[in-house]
Amino acid sequence: MVDATSLRSRLRHPPSLAQVYREKAIEALLSVCATVSLVAIFLIFLFLFKEGIIAFKLAGVGDFIVAKISEVTFDPVTEEFTKTETTGYVWQPVSDQPKLSFVPLVWGSLLIAALAATVSTIVGIACGLYLSEMAGRKLRGRLKPLMELLVSIPTVVIGFFMLAIIAYPLRAFADWAGAALAPILGDWVSSIYTDTFNAFIGALGVSIVIIPVIASLVDDSLQSVPQDLRDGSFALGATRWQTSWRVVLPAGFSGVAAAVILGFGRALGETMIVVMCAGNAAQLSANPFDSVTTMTARIATEMGTAGVGSLHQHTLFLVGSTLVTVTFFLNLLAEVIVQKYRSRIVS
Amino acid sequence: MKEKNFDATLGRVKTAMESGSRAPMWALVFETVVKILTGFVVAALAFILFTIITKGGPHVSWEFLSQPPRDTGMAGGVWPAIFGTFFVVLFMIMMAIPLGVFGAVYLVEYSRGGFAARVIRAAVSNLAGVPSIVFGLFGLGFFVLFVGRNLDYMVYDIPRSESELVEKRARLEANRTELEAEARTGAEAEAARRQLAPEEAQAFVAQRVVEATIPSTRPVFGQGAMFWAAATLALLVLPVIIVSTEEALRAVPLSLREASYALGSTKWQMVRNIVLPMARSGILTGAILAVSRGAGELAPVLFVGVAAFKPDLPLTDPVDFGLFEVPVVNPFTSFMHLNYHIYTLATQSPDPDATRGLQFATTAVLVLLTVALNLAAIRLRNLYSARNR
Repeated sequence: MVDATSLRSRLRHPPSLAQVYREKAIEALLSVCATVSLVAIFLIFLFLFKEGIIAFKLAGVGDFIVAKISEVTFDPVTEEFTKTETTGYVWQPVSDQPKLSFVPLVWGSLLIAALAATVSTIVGIACGLYLSEMAGRKLRGRLKPLMELLVSIPTVVIGFFMLAIIAYPLRAFADWAGAALAPILGDWVSSIYTDTFNAFIGALGVSIVIIPVIASLVDDSLQSVPQDLRDGSFALGATRWQTSWRVVLPAGFSGVAAAVILGFGRALGETMIVVMCAGNAAQLSANPFDSVTTMTARIATEMGTAGVGSLHQHTLFLVGSTLVTVTFFLNLLAEVIVQKYRSRIVS
Repeated sequence: MKEKNFDATLGRVKTAMESGSRAPMWALVFETVVKILTGFVVAALAFILFTIITKGGPHVSWEFLSQPPRDTGMAGGVWPAIFGTFFVVLFMIMMAIPLGVFGAVYLVEYSRGGFAARVIRAAVSNLAGVPSIVFGLFGLGFFVLFVGRNLDYMVYDIPRSESELVEKRARLEANRTELEAEARTGAEAEAARRQLAPEEAQAFVAQRVVEATIPSTRPVFGQGAMFWAAATLALLVLPVIIVSTEEALRAVPLSLREASYALGSTKWQMVRNIVLPMARSGILTGAILAVSRGAGELAPVLFVGVAAFKPDLPLTDPVDFGLFEVPVVNPFTSFMHLNYHIYTLATQSPDPDATRGLQFATTAVLVLLTVALNLAAIRLRNLYSARNR
């Protein structure tokens, strides 16, 4: 192919100088538009870290892991005040002595993201497998927009749905089951299903958003597996299931792994669903039916009332910096896996 | 490379066949499980939409859509929330479309495969992966606290910090007599112009004189506002627009570009007259998806200007256009938002159960809006890909 630029240099009437400058100006303008996203990502990191690092000046690094707790107790017999100094993983930013341990927030984020990722990995891969390998072309063409529709439902709507439609009936069901099984299990059910709004409800809501994301990505990566592999497998007498499960899925494994990692990242960053139905109690609990809070939920609920320039505000920016760093590395990991996969299969 | 793949496949198929006698049974079970799970997801979507529309639908009326809320949102309609959502998304798309479309034109037409393009593309994909609440933090930290506060300082001389406040107070104190005299003459003139009654005029002038030496700390730009919210959302949807525009531009055949050059057009003439018109529907699809995303996100705007209860529309005083006088939207005030309305009614109000009907109705309005936008985008894309096939 002849290069357009070299062609133009051979023109009998080359473009006028004014035209050349105009072209250059337009190109410069377009490049400015293109660099906005580059500048934006740079500024996001810069401003988050700038505001977050100030928190380290206002409090020690250790305070963000283990909070100091001092309690004053009054003994009515001896009429003496005693001050006890303890430490703990406590998040209470608006008390006289702010307790800013990130541990319960990180724990809540990981708990919800892990639960949601587990559910949505299983269901999402199943959906992706179905879309790519089992549904015909026509059915796939109908189902894929439905998945996109599910992604596009505002997260506040999902949060509200879980809160108003799912949480209360589950509570009622747990109470009923607890009463019905009381002769056998005692109060075991009510001791397990403690809070109406809990990590499980939150994770279920987050899964609704993430399942279609994973399904879509899995479908894409399975679609890019060369048809030869399927044909070869069928020619050797394998059934459809054997082909999908033992040939196509392993061939597209890196894409599937990347989808799961991206889904986990989305779950970590999900905000409104968690705020609305995970209970918002900053506590360390391994019970998925306990109320928990996450990094995103704390930022969302507390930033509005945190004073400008206060330790609380800078701490929330630090929470945001942590979050953006973690998701950045997760996205990077997914990207690296996909790149590796592309060079292995497609070339 | 291909042969190696084939060998691997052969190996897998052989092992599959060797354990094959019980395979059909398991295959049936697994296939059924996969089908059930997929069916479950579709059913979940249907159930969510069905519940919200049947529970919210009966509460949606013309009054609900056109009236402001009353009693701190416990009754009344959602008109200001619809208004606010509409205008914040409008401002958002007005910022995001030029940036995204021209950015994508640069990436596809001008710097195909160059180093700059690779870096920018990496930035775009990173931007798409940033959690939406982080955009909210950025909107607050950058637009409101940095750009807004500095604008206030430069335009209205509003102090940014405690030390600047002290300094300004001292400065005003030093010029007290002059400032007071100036304020008095100005206020008297204005009172005369507005034909205030003598007592009113006196109070007005006195107030102005007192205000003249008190440093104002009320921010104009340095607070949450519709404009900042729109800018934050624009950054959030920028990757959506860039990616879909890039796809649309790539779908335009190279031969058309060459034909345009052959007819003597410059690069920009080619882009403007050939490529952009041909990519129009793809760009429009991206724009609709961006609008749907922008209307559906709450976390990015949570502390950049949404108001829980603000029955008055965010309008300016009437602006004189010569023929008629109408108020215009004031982008530098806070605004109500459909998403935030649902959130506050459902979780922040003293009695959430009392307003369940209103909550469902608001949710139904929002869901119908986003679903309609997405269906439009999907239809448009199908038409477009059918034409290009």
